[in-house]
Amino acid sequence: MALASNKIKSIGAAQSPLLGAAMFSPAVLYILLLVGGPFFLAIFYAFSDARIGNAEMHFVGLENFRSILQSPSFRVAIRNSFIFTICSQIVVTVGANILAISLEKTFRGRGLIRFLILLPWVAPIALGAIGWKWILDSIYSVITWALVAVHIYKPFSAPMWLGEPRLAIASVLLVHSWRLMPFSTVILLAGRTAIPKDIPEAAAVDGAGFWRTQLQIVIPMMRPIISVAVLFGLIFTFTDMTVVYILTAGGPFDSTQTLPSLAFALGIQGSDLAAGAAISLFLVPLLVIIAYFMLRVAHRAEVN
Amino acid sequence: MAKGISRRFWGKLVHVLVLTTFTILLAFPFYWMLITSFKQNLDLYTMENNPFLFNTKPTLDHVKFLFTETRFVRWLGNTAFVGVVVVAITLVLAVPAAYSLARLSGRWGERLGIGIFLTYLVPPTLLFIPLSRVVAYLGLQDSLWALILVYPTFTVPFSIWLLMGFFKSIPKELEDAAMVDGLTRFGAFVKLVIPISVSGILTVVIFTFTLVTQEFVYALTFISSESNQMIGTGIPIFLVRGDVYYWGALMAACLIASLPIAFMYNLFLDRFIAGFTVGAVK
Repeated sequence: MALASNKIKSIGAAQSPLLGAAMFSPAVLYILLLVGGPFFLAIFYAFSDARIGNAEMHFVGLENFRSILQSPSFRVAIRNSFIFTICSQIVVTVGANILAISLEKTFRGRGLIRFLILLPWVAPIALGAIGWKWILDSIYSVITWALVAVHIYKPFSAPMWLGEPRLAIASVLLVHSWRLMPFSTVILLAGRTAIPKDIPEAAAVDGAGFWRTQLQIVIPMMRPIISVAVLFGLIFTFTDMTVVYILTAGGPFDSTQTLPSLAFALGIQGSDLAAGAAISLFLVPLLVIIAYFMLRVAHRAEVN
Repeated sequence: MAKGISRRFWGKLVHVLVLTTFTILLAFPFYWMLITSFKQNLDLYTMENNPFLFNTKPTLDHVKFLFTETRFVRWLGNTAFVGVVVVAITLVLAVPAAYSLARLSGRWGERLGIGIFLTYLVPPTLLFIPLSRVVAYLGLQDSLWALILVYPTFTVPFSIWLLMGFFKSIPKELEDAAMVDGLTRFGAFVKLVIPISVSGILTVVIFTFTLVTQEFVYALTFISSESNQMIGTGIPIFLVRGDVYYWGALMAACLIASLPIAFMYNLFLDRFIAGFTVGAVK
């Protein structure tokens, strides 16, 4: 009997490195070829003069980076990328925390409300952004109509939401926040349901009010999960080009370009692969930092 | 006592107000798509009309236009085709890999798993420029096969990650017992583990499919002709003629394409979230 159970244990513990390798190598090979390969190709292009429709390519050193750093539209793009990413995360994190608190308890119609709230995240963003483009239309905007109706603006004098640089930036920011708030909310909600119920209850018995319990006990306990929501949010916004491309295509006058949309405009539409690749490489430092923090969160969770 | 009651009343009122405000803000664009889809052009483009109401009779013209005069149905078909093929490729690559990393490869399997998860963080906007050259080199420009080749770059890593968690939750003893009964390790995986993992595999199927329908950058870069578009690019690029928007048809297209995707995603949401939270929730 003892022998049999020993045998079972030994089979379970035995790892089959060969079979294991055979089972994961197709996936790993695919990822190396189509993620790793292109990544190094991007670095390679950034130091070359590669163009669409031209098979020849030469090494040009830091030339691409020098001309990019001097270009005003690049400076605007990098500034916008950070504005969109950071500001939208602030809006999203505050909003999502409030929403997660309101959705925590069950109530009638919660499923429907949850579905409606999640729509911006679960529907394709390209299509949601077109909806916003219509809402922010230069002539038929419903927002303009409402502002005229309450006499804040006279007819035909309302601003064009996507036609003036500052308003266009605010509009893109709005759509990014709108899109990510549901995602952050469900992650925080998952974090809330994982907190043992007796802890906030004990605090309430000790006389802590609702807000004090939330701010001093629940939210500090949720720090790892809030970091996860924020880290993913930062990546999704920083690397997104769909919202800008559809709402403004980078305009007016390149005032809403971001790093990805500028890389597309120069690299693909402008055929200058080298410049596009060099611009997109500016995404890497922040991605590395975020990956580092994600690993730290995951590692801490493992240790606990 | 009275103070307690009024306090509870105000608490409830604030709760309802907060939920209503957020729901309206978040769902409004979809409500707007809905109402725009059924309005007559005369109604849509008369500025004096209250845009919240139907000032003339509702119409199905935009929906009819969409289905008969545009390539919308073709784009839905393209998207479904690419989605199904990418789901198949993702399963073939991710299911064995996830099992292997969860069970067979010990400590470094876990590290490799984390490494694969990190590749999910490499965005399309970093890879689309070199990949456009790869696609051109392979002669796949303007072909749906370019998307089929490239889309697993973001569906495989996350699927492996999701499935690894799923396989780890299956008790090892099940496979051990089967192996004592004479099955090989691989036999136990095929005959035992896969059948009891159907719900995890289904999660990956839905997740992969929705990711394919939501993708924009690669489709925009690789596909040029009208008839080869996916819904995410065909609608914004080809339903817009010059500066004239067919807003009614455009909004109908957005709504019709969004709702089934949103519905599918919603059903499996909690499991995707489990993948995102990377063990930060126990």
